[in-house]
Amino acid sequence: MSDKQEAALPASSAVSTLRHSALVRVAHWITALSFLALLFSGIEILISHPRFYWGENGNVLTPALFQLPIPSSRALVHTGYGYVLPDQNGWSRSLHFQSAWLIVLTGVVYLVAGFASGHFRQHMVPHGAEASWRPLWQSIATHLRFERPSAAEAWSYNLLQRLSYLVVIFVLFPLMVWTGLAMSPAFTSAFPASVDWLGGRQSARTLHFFAAVSLLLFFLVHVGMVWFAGFGSRMRAMITGRVNQPLEGA
Amino acid sequence: MTDLSRRRMIKTGLAAATGIAGVGVGAGLAKKYGLIPPDSRGLWGAGETLNYASYRLLTKHAMAREFPRDEISARPLANEIAPPSEAFQKLQAGGFADWKLSVEGMVDRPGTFSLAQLKSYPSRSQVTQLACEEGWSYVAEWTGVPLSQVLEAAGIQPQARFVVYFSIEHDWWDSIDMGDALHPQTYLAYGMNGGDLPVGNGGPLRMRVPRQLGYKSVKFINRLVVTNDLKKFGKGLGSASPEGGYAWYAGI
Repeated sequence: MSDKQEAALPASSAVSTLRHSALVRVAHWITALSFLALLFSGIEILISHPRFYWGENGNVLTPALFQLPIPSSRALVHTGYGYVLPDQNGWSRSLHFQSAWLIVLTGVVYLVAGFASGHFRQHMVPHGAEASWRPLWQSIATHLRFERPSAAEAWSYNLLQRLSYLVVIFVLFPLMVWTGLAMSPAFTSAFPASVDWLGGRQSARTLHFFAAVSLLLFFLVHVGMVWFAGFGSRMRAMITGRVNQPLEGA
Repeated sequence: MTDLSRRRMIKTGLAAATGIAGVGVGAGLAKKYGLIPPDSRGLWGAGETLNYASYRLLTKHAMAREFPRDEISARPLANEIAPPSEAFQKLQAGGFADWKLSVEGMVDRPGTFSLAQLKSYPSRSQVTQLACEEGWSYVAEWTGVPLSQVLEAAGIQPQARFVVYFSIEHDWWDSIDMGDALHPQTYLAYGMNGGDLPVGNGGPLRMRVPRQLGYKSVKFINRLVVTNDLKKFGKGLGSASPEGGYAWYAGI
């Protein structure tokens, strides 16, 4: 009903207008919450073995690909620190998987609805004149000059934004789920190719780490950009779904 | 307008009722088909139940990955363990000749097996990975007797649902469902890489459950109890792991 009322208003009206659908907003905040829980519990689990390897196997008796310069929650790992952190893996693992279920189930609903409603096609896939190199360089340059986003960007994603959302949704999140499941001995018993294709269990773990670091970088830039573009209005748009600005040349 | 809101209310009510009924029916079915783990209550119950139910539905009959012999790790890492108890040291001094495995509970012929008796069964070997929840792993060749063979010898009763297994060391015990207990890769392992199973790796007798993480492969096994009710053991959560904050089901 309210959608119809809005559609009847002139496009240049200053009255608040729907920016994000309810599904996008709910999915966004469940994902945000789950992501933070996964990040936190993931770091906690990582502390028990801050060494990384490539291939099938690796442990403190084998050389590491690299070791993070942090203390560990296991005496077995030589860290150079004179102390061992308390073991928090029990609840961290439980929180990790419970949040993983939540984010995956939400993601599935979001993907199905996103394809069905044309959300990805309309709002994320670069279209028309945008889908070439020159606008991409322009978008990068605009970002590097730290130019304030134009008013139109309250209504639609800019090119770099579209591309990074597509990478996060269709590359990084699936990679996280895949590399995560490839570390499950039960899952790999049923689907051995899931870990064999990655080069082994330790490769899966290392890729899981790098994909997590990429998502963390995205998260930091994302929050930074929201701040830069106007924290209040962007938060309002993602919470209430509404934008309270006049439309100009959108 | 009132027509519309009434219709909406009826629709919402129907949807809610269907949802609640759906969850109820789902929970009933899950219970009936044994998809609920013993630590399904509490803050993490939803996640633990989804993990365990997925394994039961998707990977029940799957086999853990086996590796060619040239992928056996040069040095199988013996994880940190507490200093052995006096009882263990005494048996170790005698070369484990007096090590006994008792089999109790819902079996027709409860009794004890010596290591020599266990070794008299046709031995089986598997080259599988031991993966620790911390993240590290190694591959070894494990030799032993399939748990199913010992349970068969003792005669499992039809109402049995779980096998609880105890280490000689205090407060170290765990359990698996019958699917895992009768799985062909679940061993009572006494050998590794062609020799006796070293004490550091769980010798003389270790449970080997390769489709779950390392902590389910409890070391120094000397007692099995077949049961249909895990509530009778410890705090009723199925193993010492949940009491220490770890999940009972460790397939992930």
